[in-house]
Amino acid sequence: MSPTPELLPPLPAPVRLFPLGDAAVVLEFGTSISPETHRAIQAVRHYLTQHPVAGQRELVSAFTTLTVYYDPWQLSEAGRYQPYERAAELLRQLLPAALATTVATEAALVEIPVCYGGAFGPDLAAVAAHTGLSSEEVVTRHSAPEYLVHMMGFAPGFPYLGGLDERLATPRRTQPRPLVPAGAVGIAGAQTGIYSLPTPGGWQLIGRTPLQLFNPEWAQPSRLRAGQRLRFVPISEAEFQQFQRYES
Amino acid sequence: MSLSIIRPGLLTTVQDLGRFGYQQDGIIVSGAMDATALRVANLLVGNAEQAAGLEITLLGPKIRFEADHLIALTGAHLSPTLNGQPVGLNRPVWMAAGTELAFGAPVAGSRAYLAVAGGVAVAPVLGSRSTYLRASFGGLDGRALQAGDVLPSAAPTPAGRKLMAALAATATSRAWAQAAWTPGPALCPRPLQNPTIRAIPGPEYEQFTPESQLAFWEQPFTVTTEADRMGYRLQGPALERQTSWELLSSAVTFGTVQVPAGGQPIVLMADHQTTGGYPRLAQVITADWSVLAQVRPGQQLWFQEVSLAEAQALYLAREQALRALRRGIELIGGK
Repeated sequence: MSPTPELLPPLPAPVRLFPLGDAAVVLEFGTSISPETHRAIQAVRHYLTQHPVAGQRELVSAFTTLTVYYDPWQLSEAGRYQPYERAAELLRQLLPAALATTVATEAALVEIPVCYGGAFGPDLAAVAAHTGLSSEEVVTRHSAPEYLVHMMGFAPGFPYLGGLDERLATPRRTQPRPLVPAGAVGIAGAQTGIYSLPTPGGWQLIGRTPLQLFNPEWAQPSRLRAGQRLRFVPISEAEFQQFQRYES
Repeated sequence: MSLSIIRPGLLTTVQDLGRFGYQQDGIIVSGAMDATALRVANLLVGNAEQAAGLEITLLGPKIRFEADHLIALTGAHLSPTLNGQPVGLNRPVWMAAGTELAFGAPVAGSRAYLAVAGGVAVAPVLGSRSTYLRASFGGLDGRALQAGDVLPSAAPTPAGRKLMAALAATATSRAWAQAAWTPGPALCPRPLQNPTIRAIPGPEYEQFTPESQLAFWEQPFTVTTEADRMGYRLQGPALERQTSWELLSSAVTFGTVQVPAGGQPIVLMADHQTTGGYPRLAQVITADWSVLAQVRPGQQLWFQEVSLAEAQALYLAREQALRALRRGIELIGGK
């Protein structure tokens, strides 16, 4: 399948630039989560990956912002420039071109197999009780939508997903677990996500994926990336074991 | 050439200047907490500044050098000795095979750095040798050093070899010899008890009440025992926002001072998460990250406001000092 080019819809507000310390510029594309903001951020991130500005060290995209880390020494050119002013100016200059680039939407939908309930989803019943749905209905509604990976963060390979069915929103557990296994799929408020590393956590766990989300030995160490779309596919415990054998 | 770990110390890890280019996937930077100290240690033994060394925390290890080596110790003063005799900080030191490095009482600061000529030669992961403890990769098997570990080191550079030969010639009766000179206090400051940390207002500074803004700059904060490579929880006046608007997660970095709902700030350190959702009250300037890295739990610190222009001028001044040191070492090393 080839990526589908899409024209960028106009942004509701102009891009705001401000410093994060003395070695980063934040570009803020809006103040709330929206598909337009997401597409604009991915367009500029894509552009800057292809055409880095002087001194550019690293990019971090988030829900409404793209942060550009830079090397002040390189931007100062032996004291000729004030580094932040120069970084901001270079970014302002390229924004129109960057925003006008057509963004190739990831055509492929990433499928994440999940074994729901039982030992893999100890909080499925609690989510069902909170939402007034049956456990089966929770699973159906969780595996129905196409989610958007808005950003990565919190831990290596951890996706922040948009698109959870509002009916499934459930507050975090009052008592966080000391250890949540990697692959655990959970709900926290109106968010859903997948733990990529074993870590303490307070999300309501409804299932687990046998897939590894992160491996430092992969050339691209994270399975998921900002801008991708994904769907959860329910699997049985036997299928989970099969996947796990295949993964390791 | 190799280093044998006889005792690991409290927390000794392999670190370089960090793993860049993967924060987009949630992979943290890591690297030396006091990056300037590691850069200076590397320069003193003729290495590239980004070579991997050891970060030694409060109670140091005991290490036997299995071949002739050139080393430098920077950062915290943790009473280092070679074969039981005190050895100086912030200078190149030559030693014969079989010499043992040990540490005693932590006199000042938290983290010392050991550079060996050639650098610690563990396999890089995603372009860096830094240990990322929580994700268990990088460094030596992704963990802190243990007794019995053997760390390989690479061959010294030509400058390192010349420094080694020059020092070895001065060692008449002992198994080791140290240079008489040091780079000076600008690059090798003695860690302070209750330091002042310079910062610029953070992206959400204006959301805090005027009283909280003032309190942040005018009152001391105590570093709690919850202080590690990820960040330090501070205790001081409660800091309040004028709004309860939930923020959307965005980038955070080393030195970001974030304030959770309880009002007690957290300052993020080398193993900080890539993004966070707490309001960012202030941002410690890069030039003072080293000061922060040397603070101990229980100590007090004060924040002082500076402008972005001042912060960047200090950044450039430090880079210039490091470049001057590099040129000086190249002259001594006869490059």
